[in-house]
Amino acid sequence: MPGVLLITEAAGEQLAGTTAELIGEGTRLAQQLGGAPVTVLLAGKNVQGLASSLGPLGVDQVLVADSQAPTPPSPQWLLAAAEAAAKQIQPDVILLTHAGGSRDLGAALAYRLDSGIVTDSTALRVEGSDVIITKPVFGGSALAEFSISSSPKVVTLRPRAFESDEAPVAGEAQVEALSVPETDGAIEVLEEIREQATTGPRLKDAKVIVSGGRGLGGPDNWKVVEELAQILGGAVGATRAVTDAGWVPPSLQVGLTGATVAPDLYITIGISGAVQHIAGISGARNVVAINRDADANIFKYARFGVVGDWKQIVPAFTQRLKELRG
Amino acid sequence: MDIVVTVKQVPDPDIPPTHFKVDEATKKVIPPAGVSPVMNGYDAHALEAALKLKEQLGGKVTVVSLGGDSARDTLKRAIAMGADAAVHVNDPALNEADSTTTARALAAAIKKLGAFDLVLSGRQASDTDGGQVHLGIATHLGLPSVSPVQKIEAATADALVVERIVEDGYQRLKVRLPALLGISSEINEPRYPPLKGIMAAGRAQIPVWTAADLGLEGASGKVQLRRLFVETREARVELIEADTLEDAGKKLADKLREARLV
Repeated sequence: MPGVLLITEAAGEQLAGTTAELIGEGTRLAQQLGGAPVTVLLAGKNVQGLASSLGPLGVDQVLVADSQAPTPPSPQWLLAAAEAAAKQIQPDVILLTHAGGSRDLGAALAYRLDSGIVTDSTALRVEGSDVIITKPVFGGSALAEFSISSSPKVVTLRPRAFESDEAPVAGEAQVEALSVPETDGAIEVLEEIREQATTGPRLKDAKVIVSGGRGLGGPDNWKVVEELAQILGGAVGATRAVTDAGWVPPSLQVGLTGATVAPDLYITIGISGAVQHIAGISGARNVVAINRDADANIFKYARFGVVGDWKQIVPAFTQRLKELRG
Repeated sequence: MDIVVTVKQVPDPDIPPTHFKVDEATKKVIPPAGVSPVMNGYDAHALEAALKLKEQLGGKVTVVSLGGDSARDTLKRAIAMGADAAVHVNDPALNEADSTTTARALAAAIKKLGAFDLVLSGRQASDTDGGQVHLGIATHLGLPSVSPVQKIEAATADALVVERIVEDGYQRLKVRLPALLGISSEINEPRYPPLKGIMAAGRAQIPVWTAADLGLEGASGKVQLRRLFVETREARVELIEADTLEDAGKKLADKLREARLV
Protein backbone atom coordinates (compact mmCIF):
# COMPACT_ATOMS: atom_id res chain seq x y z
CA MET A 1 0.00 0.00 0.00
CA PRO A 2 1.44 3.41 -0.92
CA GLY A 3 2.43 5.18 2.24
CA VAL A 4 3.04 8.58 3.74
CA LEU A 5 6.51 10.13 3.63
CA LEU A 6 7.32 12.82 6.16
CA ILE A 7 10.37 14.95 5.56
CA THR A 8 11.96 16.62 8.52
CA GLU A 9 15.10 18.65 8.77
CA ALA A 10 17.28 18.52 11.78
CA ALA A 11 18.49 21.95 12.78
CA GLY A 12 21.70 22.31 14.71
CA GLU A 13 21.84 18.54 15.27
CA GLN A 14 18.46 18.71 16.98
CA LEU A 15 15.07 17.67 15.67
CA ALA A 16 13.08 20.65 14.44
CA GLY A 17 10.53 21.74 17.06
CA THR A 18 7.70 20.97 14.65
CA THR A 19 8.73 17.34 14.07
CA ALA A 20 6.23 15.95 16.60
CA GLU A 21 3.24 17.70 15.03
CA LEU A 22 4.38 16.68 11.54
CA ILE A 23 4.51 13.05 12.66
CA GLY A 24 1.23 13.43 14.60
CA GLU A 25 -0.65 14.58 11.50
CA GLY A 26 1.23 12.15 9.26
CA THR A 27 0.22 9.13 11.34
CA ARG A 28 -3.39 10.35 11.63
CA LEU A 29 -3.59 10.77 7.86
CA ALA A 30 -2.03 7.33 7.32
CA GLN A 31 -4.76 5.78 9.48
CA GLN A 32 -7.46 7.58 7.51
CA LEU A 33 -5.86 6.21 4.36
CA GLY A 34 -6.41 2.70 5.67
CA GLY A 35 -3.30 2.12 7.71
CA ALA A 36 -0.71 3.23 5.20
CA PRO A 37 2.90 2.87 6.36
CA VAL A 38 4.64 5.98 7.64
CA THR A 39 8.24 6.73 6.74
CA VAL A 40 10.25 9.68 7.98
CA LEU A 41 13.19 11.10 6.12
CA LEU A 42 15.59 12.62 8.60
CA ALA A 43 18.00 14.80 6.66
CA GLY A 44 20.81 16.98 7.95
CA LYS A 45 24.23 16.99 9.45
CA ASN A 46 25.03 14.41 12.15
CA VAL A 47 21.42 13.29 12.45
CA GLN A 48 22.00 9.53 12.82
CA GLY A 49 21.65 9.67 16.61
CA LEU A 50 18.19 11.26 16.39
CA ALA A 51 16.58 8.40 14.45
CA SER A 52 15.76 6.20 17.43
CA SER A 53 13.67 8.94 19.06
CA LEU A 54 11.13 8.72 16.20
CA GLY A 55 10.00 5.13 16.77
CA PRO A 56 7.80 5.84 19.81
CA LEU A 57 5.97 8.51 17.78
CA GLY A 58 4.31 5.84 15.63
CA VAL A 59 6.68 5.83 12.71
CA ASP A 60 7.30 2.58 10.84
CA GLN A 61 10.52 3.44 9.09
CA VAL A 62 13.20 6.13 9.29
CA LEU A 63 15.48 6.96 6.40
CA VAL A 64 18.57 8.79 7.54
CA ALA A 65 20.39 11.09 5.14
CA ASP A 66 23.46 12.20 7.00
CA SER A 67 25.47 15.01 5.46
CA GLN A 68 29.21 14.65 5.85
CA ALA A 69 29.98 18.13 4.56
CA PRO A 70 31.74 20.55 6.92
CA THR A 71 29.14 23.24 6.21
CA PRO A 72 25.35 22.98 6.78
CA PRO A 73 23.64 21.06 3.96
CA SER A 74 22.75 23.12 0.91
CA PRO A 75 19.18 23.36 -0.38
CA GLN A 76 20.34 21.29 -3.37
CA TRP A 77 21.60 18.47 -1.14
CA LEU A 78 18.34 18.41 0.83
CA LEU A 79 16.40 18.29 -2.43
CA ALA A 80 18.54 15.40 -3.68
CA ALA A 81 17.95 13.56 -0.38
CA ALA A 82 14.19 14.15 -0.52
CA GLU A 83 14.01 13.05 -4.13
CA ALA A 84 15.98 9.87 -3.39
CA ALA A 85 13.64 9.07 -0.47
CA ALA A 86 10.53 9.68 -2.60
CA LYS A 87 11.87 7.42 -5.36
CA GLN A 88 12.63 4.66 -2.87
CA ILE A 89 9.35 4.84 -0.91
CA GLN A 90 6.96 5.74 -3.77
CA PRO A 91 4.54 7.34 -1.29
CA ASP A 92 1.07 8.62 -2.08
CA VAL A 93 1.44 11.63 0.21
CA ILE A 94 4.52 13.64 1.19
CA LEU A 95 4.26 16.07 4.11
CA LEU A 96 6.73 18.73 5.24
CA THR A 97 6.54 21.64 7.67
CA HIS A 98 5.93 25.06 6.15
CA ALA A 99 8.86 26.68 7.93
CA GLY A 100 12.55 27.31 7.45
CA GLY A 101 14.17 25.44 4.61
CA SER A 102 11.33 22.91 4.32
CA ARG A 103 9.06 25.59 2.83
CA ASP A 104 11.07 25.78 -0.36
CA LEU A 105 12.15 22.16 -0.25
CA GLY A 106 8.51 21.04 -0.49
CA ALA A 107 7.85 23.09 -3.61
CA ALA A 108 11.14 22.22 -5.28
CA LEU A 109 10.56 18.52 -4.55
CA ALA A 110 7.00 18.57 -5.88
CA TYR A 111 8.10 20.05 -9.19
CA ARG A 112 11.05 17.65 -9.40
CA LEU A 113 8.60 14.75 -8.97
CA ASP A 114 6.14 16.35 -11.42
CA SER A 115 3.58 16.44 -8.61
CA GLY A 116 1.00 18.90 -7.38
CA ILE A 117 1.63 20.73 -4.12
CA VAL A 118 -0.43 22.79 -1.68
CA THR A 119 1.63 24.87 0.74
CA ASP A 120 0.93 26.20 4.22
CA SER A 121 -2.05 23.95 4.93
CA THR A 122 -3.96 24.23 8.21
CA ALA A 123 -6.10 21.08 7.96
CA LEU A 124 -6.18 17.76 6.10
CA ARG A 125 -9.00 15.26 5.74
CA VAL A 126 -9.68 12.22 3.60
CA GLU A 127 -12.84 12.12 1.49
CA GLY A 128 -13.20 8.95 -0.55
CA SER A 129 -9.94 8.60 -2.40
CA ASP A 130 -9.09 12.32 -2.14
CA VAL A 131 -7.11 14.18 0.46
CA ILE A 132 -8.83 17.54 1.00
CA ILE A 133 -6.31 20.19 1.92
CA THR A 134 -7.43 23.40 3.63
CA LYS A 135 -5.25 26.44 3.14
CA PRO A 136 -5.75 30.09 4.10
CA VAL A 137 -5.42 32.37 1.07
CA PHE A 138 -5.49 36.13 0.52
CA GLY A 139 -3.43 36.61 3.64
CA GLY A 140 -5.96 34.64 5.66
CA SER A 141 -9.05 36.53 4.46
CA ALA A 142 -10.43 33.38 2.87
CA LEU A 143 -10.00 29.64 3.11
CA ALA A 144 -9.50 27.39 0.11
CA GLU A 145 -9.93 23.65 -0.11
CA PHE A 146 -7.84 21.81 -2.64
CA SER A 147 -7.31 18.31 -3.84
CA ILE A 148 -4.32 17.03 -5.80
CA SER A 149 -4.73 14.63 -8.69
CA SER A 150 -1.11 13.50 -8.96
CA SER A 151 0.64 10.86 -6.92
CA PRO A 152 2.49 11.67 -4.84
CA LYS A 153 0.66 14.68 -3.44
CA VAL A 154 2.92 17.11 -1.62
CA VAL A 155 1.63 19.29 1.23
CA THR A 156 3.47 21.62 3.59
CA LEU A 157 1.84 22.09 7.00
CA ARG A 158 1.59 25.41 8.81
CA PRO A 159 3.64 25.24 12.02
CA ARG A 160 1.58 24.88 15.19
CA ALA A 161 -1.67 24.32 13.29
CA PHE A 162 -1.59 20.56 13.87
CA GLU A 163 -1.55 18.52 17.06
CA SER A 164 1.24 16.18 17.99
CA ASP A 165 0.25 12.76 19.30
CA GLU A 166 0.19 12.81 23.07
CA ALA A 167 0.46 9.10 23.77
CA PRO A 168 3.71 7.53 22.66
CA VAL A 169 3.30 4.04 21.24
CA ALA A 170 5.55 1.14 22.07
CA GLY A 171 7.20 0.76 18.76
CA GLU A 172 10.51 0.78 17.13
CA ALA A 173 11.09 2.16 13.70
CA GLN A 174 13.26 0.38 11.23
CA VAL A 175 16.22 2.68 10.58
CA GLU A 176 17.95 2.69 7.24
CA ALA A 177 20.68 4.91 5.81
CA LEU A 178 19.81 6.72 2.61
CA SER A 179 22.56 7.51 0.17
CA VAL A 180 22.21 10.93 -1.39
CA PRO A 181 23.33 11.42 -4.98
CA GLU A 182 26.03 14.01 -5.64
CA THR A 183 24.76 17.47 -6.55
CA ASP A 184 26.39 19.72 -9.12
CA GLY A 185 27.51 22.16 -6.44
CA ALA A 186 25.82 25.18 -8.00
CA ILE A 187 24.83 26.32 -4.50
CA GLU A 188 27.47 26.44 -1.80
CA VAL A 189 26.71 27.24 1.84
CA LEU A 190 29.34 29.69 3.06
CA GLU A 191 27.98 29.96 6.59
CA GLU A 192 24.83 29.80 8.64
CA ILE A 193 24.06 32.50 11.18
CA ARG A 194 21.60 31.67 13.95
CA GLU A 195 20.09 34.68 15.63
CA GLN A 196 19.59 34.20 19.34
CA ALA A 197 16.83 36.01 21.14
CA THR A 198 18.60 38.66 23.20
CA THR A 199 16.44 38.35 26.31
CA GLY A 200 13.40 36.36 27.30
CA PRO A 201 11.84 33.43 25.49
CA ARG A 202 11.98 32.95 21.74
CA LEU A 203 8.95 34.30 19.91
CA LYS A 204 7.73 31.05 18.40
CA ASP A 205 7.97 29.11 21.68
CA ALA A 206 6.71 31.86 24.00
CA LYS A 207 3.65 31.29 26.22
CA VAL A 208 3.11 35.04 26.48
CA ILE A 209 3.73 37.55 23.71
CA VAL A 210 3.26 41.31 23.73
CA SER A 211 3.09 42.77 20.23
CA GLY A 212 3.05 46.34 19.04
CA GLY A 213 1.75 47.90 15.84
CA ARG A 214 1.84 51.13 13.95
CA GLY A 215 -0.70 52.57 16.40
CA LEU A 216 2.16 53.07 18.87
CA GLY A 217 3.15 56.09 16.83
CA GLY A 218 6.89 55.68 16.61
CA PRO A 219 9.98 53.76 17.71
CA ASP A 220 10.37 55.93 20.82
CA ASN A 221 7.20 54.40 22.25
CA TRP A 222 8.38 50.83 21.72
CA LYS A 223 9.66 50.62 25.29
CA VAL A 224 6.10 50.17 26.60
CA VAL A 225 5.86 46.90 24.66
CA GLU A 226 9.21 45.73 26.03
CA GLU A 227 8.38 46.70 29.58
CA LEU A 228 5.07 44.84 29.52
CA ALA A 229 6.71 41.76 27.99
CA GLN A 230 9.40 41.84 30.63
CA ILE A 231 6.92 42.00 33.50
CA LEU A 232 5.00 39.04 32.08
CA GLY A 233 8.14 37.06 31.22
CA GLY A 234 7.01 37.07 27.62
CA ALA A 235 8.46 37.67 24.19
CA VAL A 236 8.12 40.81 22.08
CA GLY A 237 6.46 40.73 18.67
CA ALA A 238 5.64 43.28 15.99
CA THR A 239 3.56 43.74 12.89
CA ARG A 240 5.02 43.88 9.42
CA ALA A 241 4.30 47.62 9.25
CA VAL A 242 6.54 48.13 12.27
CA THR A 243 9.40 45.92 11.09
CA ASP A 244 9.18 47.39 7.57
CA ALA A 245 9.44 50.86 9.11
CA GLY A 246 12.61 49.74 10.87
CA TRP A 247 11.45 50.37 14.46
CA VAL A 248 12.49 46.84 15.39
CA PRO A 249 14.40 44.04 13.61
CA PRO A 250 12.55 41.83 11.07
CA SER A 251 13.06 38.81 13.33
CA LEU A 252 10.29 40.16 15.60
CA GLN A 253 7.69 40.10 12.85
CA VAL A 254 4.60 38.02 13.59
CA GLY A 255 2.36 37.19 10.66
CA LEU A 256 2.12 35.52 7.32
CA THR A 257 5.67 36.38 6.33
CA GLY A 258 7.05 36.43 9.86
CA ALA A 259 6.73 34.06 12.77
CA THR A 260 3.68 31.86 13.31
CA VAL A 261 3.02 31.89 17.04
CA ALA A 262 0.74 29.99 19.42
CA PRO A 263 1.02 31.56 22.89
CA ASP A 264 -1.52 31.19 25.70
CA LEU A 265 -1.72 34.97 25.93
CA TYR A 266 -1.19 37.39 23.05
CA ILE A 267 -1.44 41.07 23.98
CA THR A 268 -1.61 43.59 21.14
CA ILE A 269 -1.07 47.32 21.46
CA GLY A 270 -1.96 49.56 18.53
CA ILE A 271 -2.47 46.64 16.16
CA SER A 272 -5.44 46.92 13.81
CA GLY A 273 -5.42 43.25 12.88
CA ALA A 274 -4.47 43.27 9.20
CA VAL A 275 -5.00 39.84 7.69
CA GLN A 276 -1.25 39.50 7.17
CA HIS A 277 -0.81 39.70 10.95
CA ILE A 278 -3.84 37.60 11.90
CA ALA A 279 -2.47 34.80 9.72
CA GLY A 280 0.40 34.39 12.17
CA ILE A 281 -1.68 34.28 15.37
CA SER A 282 -4.42 31.79 14.53
CA GLY A 283 -2.94 29.49 17.15
CA ALA A 284 -2.98 32.08 19.95
CA ARG A 285 -5.40 30.96 22.67
CA ASN A 286 -6.24 34.30 24.30
CA VAL A 287 -5.86 37.56 22.43
CA VAL A 288 -6.05 40.89 24.22
CA ALA A 289 -6.53 44.00 22.08
CA ILE A 290 -5.80 47.58 23.03
CA ASN A 291 -6.72 49.87 20.15
CA ARG A 292 -8.37 53.23 19.74
CA ASP A 293 -10.56 52.13 16.83
CA ALA A 294 -13.57 50.15 18.08
CA ASP A 295 -14.07 48.76 14.57
CA ALA A 296 -10.52 47.44 14.28
CA ASN A 297 -10.39 43.90 12.95
CA ILE A 298 -8.29 42.74 15.89
CA PHE A 299 -11.33 42.89 18.21
CA LYS A 300 -12.93 40.07 16.22
CA TYR A 301 -10.13 37.80 17.34
CA ALA A 302 -9.80 39.09 20.88
CA ARG A 303 -11.13 37.60 24.11
CA PHE A 304 -10.61 40.85 26.02
CA GLY A 305 -10.36 44.34 24.61
CA VAL A 306 -10.08 47.97 25.62
CA VAL A 307 -10.99 50.71 23.18
CA GLY A 308 -8.99 53.89 23.67
CA ASP A 309 -5.63 55.60 23.53
CA TRP A 310 -2.90 53.17 24.59
CA LYS A 311 -1.03 56.06 26.22
CA GLN A 312 -3.67 56.21 28.91
CA ILE A 313 -4.44 52.49 29.15
CA VAL A 314 -1.08 50.74 29.01
CA PRO A 315 0.81 52.47 31.85
CA ALA A 316 -2.05 51.74 34.30
CA PHE A 317 -2.36 48.20 32.94
CA THR A 318 1.37 47.58 33.29
CA GLN A 319 1.46 49.07 36.79
CA ARG A 320 -1.45 46.94 37.96
CA LEU A 321 0.16 43.79 36.53
CA LYS A 322 3.33 44.66 38.37
CA GLU A 323 1.36 44.84 41.62
CA LEU A 324 -0.51 41.61 40.92
CA ARG A 325 2.66 39.72 40.15
CA GLY A 326 4.32 41.09 43.26
CA MET B 1 23.70 40.93 -16.48
CA ASP B 2 20.46 40.03 -18.26
CA ILE B 3 17.66 39.50 -15.77
CA VAL B 4 14.10 38.27 -16.12
CA VAL B 5 11.65 39.27 -13.39
CA THR B 6 8.29 37.53 -12.96
CA VAL B 7 5.48 39.76 -11.74
CA LYS B 8 1.90 39.01 -10.81
CA GLN B 9 -1.06 41.29 -10.54
CA VAL B 10 -3.02 40.68 -7.34
CA PRO B 11 -6.03 42.21 -5.57
CA ASP B 12 -4.83 45.03 -3.33
CA PRO B 13 -3.84 43.23 -0.10
CA ASP B 14 -4.81 46.31 1.89
CA ILE B 15 -8.50 45.85 1.16
CA PRO B 16 -10.14 46.02 4.60
CA PRO B 17 -11.33 42.56 5.67
CA THR B 18 -14.91 43.85 5.81
CA HIS B 19 -14.78 44.58 2.06
CA PHE B 20 -13.27 41.24 1.16
CA LYS B 21 -15.86 39.00 -0.49
CA VAL B 22 -15.76 35.82 -2.50
CA ASP B 23 -18.23 34.28 -4.90
CA GLU B 24 -18.43 30.70 -3.71
CA ALA B 25 -20.13 29.53 -6.90
CA THR B 26 -17.33 30.63 -9.21
CA LYS B 27 -14.67 30.24 -6.49
CA LYS B 28 -13.36 33.75 -7.14
CA VAL B 29 -12.79 36.96 -5.25
CA ILE B 30 -15.32 39.71 -5.96
CA PRO B 31 -13.17 42.76 -6.65
CA PRO B 32 -14.31 45.63 -4.42
CA ALA B 33 -15.48 48.66 -6.37
CA GLY B 34 -12.91 51.39 -6.84
CA VAL B 35 -9.90 49.38 -5.65
CA SER B 36 -7.46 48.64 -8.46
CA PRO B 37 -5.37 45.49 -8.44
CA VAL B 38 -1.66 46.03 -7.78
CA MET B 39 1.72 44.51 -8.46
CA ASN B 40 2.37 41.76 -5.92
CA GLY B 41 4.45 43.30 -3.13
CA TYR B 42 7.31 40.81 -3.20
CA ASP B 43 7.51 41.08 -7.00
CA ALA B 44 8.11 44.83 -6.65
CA HIS B 45 11.05 44.01 -4.37
CA ALA B 46 12.33 41.49 -6.95
CA LEU B 47 12.10 44.12 -9.69
CA GLU B 48 13.90 46.67 -7.54
CA ALA B 49 16.68 44.13 -6.90
CA ALA B 50 16.96 43.54 -10.65
CA LEU B 51 17.14 47.27 -11.39
CA LYS B 52 19.90 47.69 -8.77
CA LEU B 53 21.92 44.84 -10.31
CA LYS B 54 21.50 46.39 -13.72
CA GLU B 55 22.72 49.75 -12.44
CA GLN B 56 25.75 47.99 -10.98
CA LEU B 57 26.63 45.57 -13.77
CA GLY B 58 24.79 46.74 -16.87
CA GLY B 59 22.51 44.51 -18.93
CA LYS B 60 18.81 44.30 -19.47
CA VAL B 61 15.75 43.73 -17.27
CA THR B 62 12.72 42.01 -18.81
CA VAL B 63 9.48 41.47 -16.91
CA VAL B 64 7.04 38.64 -17.58
CA SER B 65 3.52 38.34 -16.25
CA LEU B 66 0.76 35.79 -16.69
CA GLY B 67 -2.75 37.09 -16.30
CA GLY B 68 -5.82 38.62 -17.90
CA ASP B 69 -5.96 41.92 -19.78
CA SER B 70 -5.57 44.06 -16.66
CA ALA B 71 -2.14 42.50 -15.91
CA ARG B 72 -0.89 44.81 -18.65
CA ASP B 73 -1.15 47.69 -16.15
CA THR B 74 1.24 45.88 -13.83
CA LEU B 75 3.71 45.35 -16.70
CA LYS B 76 3.44 49.05 -17.54
CA ARG B 77 4.22 49.91 -13.97
CA ALA B 78 7.29 47.66 -14.15
CA ILE B 79 8.48 49.52 -17.22
CA ALA B 80 7.78 52.82 -15.49
CA MET B 81 9.99 51.67 -12.61
CA GLY B 82 12.81 51.00 -15.08
CA ALA B 83 12.37 47.61 -16.77
CA ASP B 84 13.58 47.57 -20.39
CA ALA B 85 10.97 45.25 -21.83
CA ALA B 86 7.86 43.30 -20.89
CA VAL B 87 5.97 40.25 -22.11
CA HIS B 88 2.38 39.46 -21.28
CA VAL B 89 1.29 35.83 -21.24
CA ASN B 90 -2.47 36.08 -21.64
CA ASP B 91 -4.67 33.14 -22.51
CA PRO B 92 -7.94 32.16 -20.82
CA ALA B 93 -6.72 28.56 -20.76
CA LEU B 94 -3.70 29.60 -18.70
CA ASN B 95 -5.06 32.48 -16.62
CA GLU B 96 -7.42 30.17 -14.72
CA ALA B 97 -4.87 27.40 -14.39
CA ASP B 98 -3.32 25.92 -11.26
CA SER B 99 0.19 26.70 -10.02
CA THR B 100 1.80 23.77 -11.80
CA THR B 101 0.51 25.07 -15.14
CA THR B 102 1.45 28.66 -14.25
CA ALA B 103 5.00 27.54 -13.55
CA ARG B 104 5.18 25.69 -16.86
CA ALA B 105 3.82 28.67 -18.79
CA LEU B 106 6.18 31.19 -17.20
CA ALA B 107 9.14 28.85 -17.70
CA ALA B 108 8.21 28.45 -21.36
CA ALA B 109 7.92 32.23 -21.76
CA ILE B 110 11.32 32.81 -20.15
CA LYS B 111 12.86 30.18 -22.43
CA LYS B 112 11.30 31.87 -25.45
CA LEU B 113 12.87 35.20 -24.44
CA GLY B 114 16.33 33.78 -25.03
CA ALA B 115 19.53 33.87 -23.01
CA PHE B 116 19.56 35.28 -19.48
CA ASP B 117 21.79 35.21 -16.41
CA LEU B 118 19.27 35.46 -13.60
CA VAL B 119 15.57 35.09 -12.88
CA LEU B 120 14.13 37.02 -9.94
CA SER B 121 10.66 36.36 -8.50
CA GLY B 122 8.83 37.44 -5.38
CA ARG B 123 8.95 34.77 -2.67
CA GLN B 124 5.17 34.40 -2.81
CA ALA B 125 2.08 36.17 -4.10
CA SER B 126 -0.31 37.83 -1.67
CA ASP B 127 -3.41 36.26 -3.21
CA THR B 128 -2.63 32.55 -3.31
CA ASP B 129 0.13 32.74 -0.66
CA GLY B 130 1.58 29.64 -2.28
CA GLY B 131 5.26 30.49 -2.63
CA GLN B 132 5.80 27.69 -5.08
CA VAL B 133 5.55 28.90 -8.67
CA HIS B 134 9.05 30.36 -8.79
CA LEU B 135 10.53 27.08 -7.58
CA GLY B 136 8.58 25.33 -10.31
CA ILE B 137 9.97 27.74 -12.91
CA ALA B 138 13.50 26.96 -11.71
CA THR B 139 12.85 23.22 -11.99
CA HIS B 140 11.47 23.54 -15.53
CA LEU B 141 14.44 25.68 -16.58
CA GLY B 142 16.95 23.44 -14.80
CA LEU B 143 18.19 26.35 -12.66
CA PRO B 144 19.51 26.24 -9.11
CA SER B 145 17.08 28.20 -6.91
CA VAL B 146 17.41 30.01 -3.60
CA SER B 147 14.42 31.36 -1.65
CA PRO B 148 13.58 33.44 0.35
CA VAL B 149 16.46 35.86 -0.22
CA GLN B 150 16.84 38.89 2.06
CA LYS B 151 20.08 40.28 0.61
CA ILE B 152 22.26 40.12 -2.49
CA GLU B 153 25.63 40.69 -0.96
CA ALA B 154 27.88 40.43 -3.99
CA ALA B 155 27.32 39.98 -7.70
CA THR B 156 29.70 39.09 -10.52
CA ALA B 157 28.99 37.92 -14.05
CA ASP B 158 28.99 34.26 -13.04
CA ALA B 159 27.98 34.04 -9.37
CA LEU B 160 26.08 35.75 -6.56
CA VAL B 161 26.54 35.70 -2.82
CA VAL B 162 23.13 35.94 -1.16
CA GLU B 163 21.52 35.68 2.24
CA ARG B 164 18.68 33.17 2.53
CA ILE B 165 16.24 33.32 5.43
CA VAL B 166 16.05 30.09 7.45
CA GLU B 167 14.49 29.25 10.81
CA ASP B 168 16.02 31.53 13.47
CA GLY B 169 18.57 33.12 11.20
CA TYR B 170 20.03 33.11 7.72
CA GLN B 171 22.48 31.32 5.48
CA ARG B 172 25.09 32.96 3.29
CA LEU B 173 25.14 31.11 0.00
CA LYS B 174 27.21 31.33 -3.15
CA VAL B 175 25.07 30.62 -6.19
CA ARG B 176 26.42 29.91 -9.63
CA LEU B 177 24.63 31.66 -12.52
CA PRO B 178 22.29 31.26 -14.26
CA ALA B 179 20.00 30.84 -11.26
CA LEU B 180 16.62 31.84 -9.85
CA LEU B 181 16.07 33.72 -6.60
CA GLY B 182 12.84 34.16 -4.63
CA ILE B 183 13.02 37.65 -3.17
CA SER B 184 11.76 38.71 0.25
CA SER B 185 10.79 42.21 1.35
CA GLU B 186 13.80 42.77 3.64
CA ILE B 187 16.03 43.22 0.60
CA ASN B 188 15.16 46.79 -0.46
CA GLU B 189 12.56 49.51 -0.81
CA PRO B 190 10.98 49.51 -4.28
CA ARG B 191 11.30 52.84 -6.06
CA TYR B 192 8.41 54.96 -7.25
CA PRO B 193 8.26 55.25 -11.03
CA PRO B 194 10.01 58.46 -12.16
CA LEU B 195 8.21 60.73 -14.63
CA LYS B 196 10.55 59.62 -17.41
CA GLY B 197 9.62 56.02 -16.71
CA ILE B 198 5.92 56.75 -16.76
CA MET B 199 6.33 58.30 -20.20
CA ALA B 200 8.33 55.29 -21.40
CA ALA B 201 5.60 53.00 -20.11
CA GLY B 202 3.03 54.94 -22.09
CA ARG B 203 4.92 54.28 -25.32
CA ALA B 204 5.93 50.70 -24.57
CA GLN B 205 4.83 47.90 -26.87
CA ILE B 206 4.08 44.79 -24.84
CA PRO B 207 3.81 41.58 -26.85
CA VAL B 208 1.07 39.13 -25.84
CA TRP B 209 1.82 35.42 -25.93
CA THR B 210 -0.82 32.70 -25.82
CA ALA B 211 -0.67 29.05 -24.84
CA ALA B 212 -0.19 28.21 -28.52
CA ASP B 213 2.80 30.58 -28.75
CA LEU B 214 4.35 28.70 -25.84
CA GLY B 215 3.47 25.21 -27.07
CA LEU B 216 1.19 24.66 -24.10
CA GLU B 217 -2.18 23.82 -25.64
CA GLY B 218 -4.12 21.33 -23.61
CA ALA B 219 -1.97 21.76 -20.54
CA SER B 220 -3.78 20.25 -17.58
CA GLY B 221 -3.19 21.00 -13.93
CA LYS B 222 -2.60 18.80 -10.93
CA VAL B 223 -4.17 20.87 -8.16
CA GLN B 224 -7.94 21.42 -8.03
CA LEU B 225 -9.62 24.21 -6.12
CA ARG B 226 -12.70 22.58 -4.58
CA ARG B 227 -14.03 25.42 -2.49
CA LEU B 228 -13.26 29.06 -1.65
CA PHE B 229 -15.01 30.67 1.28
CA VAL B 230 -14.76 33.27 4.00
CA GLU B 231 -14.95 31.94 7.51
CA THR B 232 -17.65 33.79 9.36
CA ARG B 233 -16.44 34.99 12.66
CA GLU B 234 -18.64 36.13 15.49
CA ALA B 235 -17.00 38.73 17.66
CA ARG B 236 -16.98 37.38 21.21
CA VAL B 237 -14.75 40.02 22.69
CA GLU B 238 -15.40 41.22 26.21
CA LEU B 239 -14.79 44.95 26.07
CA ILE B 240 -13.50 46.36 29.32
CA GLU B 241 -15.04 49.71 30.17
CA ALA B 242 -14.55 52.05 33.12
CA ASP B 243 -14.92 55.74 34.02
CA THR B 244 -11.44 56.49 32.79
CA LEU B 245 -9.11 54.67 30.43
CA GLU B 246 -6.61 54.33 33.29
CA ASP B 247 -9.21 52.43 35.27
CA ALA B 248 -10.00 50.30 32.22
CA GLY B 249 -6.31 49.41 32.04
CA LYS B 250 -6.30 48.34 35.68
CA LYS B 251 -9.52 46.40 35.22
CA LEU B 252 -8.02 44.59 32.25
CA ALA B 253 -5.13 43.44 34.42
CA ASP B 254 -7.59 42.17 37.04
CA LYS B 255 -9.59 40.34 34.37
CA LEU B 256 -6.48 38.58 33.11
CA ARG B 257 -5.64 37.52 36.65
CA GLU B 258 -9.19 36.23 37.17
CA ALA B 259 -8.87 34.21 33.98
CA ARG B 260 -5.52 32.90 35.29
CA LEU B 261 -3.72 34.23 32.25
CA VAL B 262 -1.14 36.26 34.18
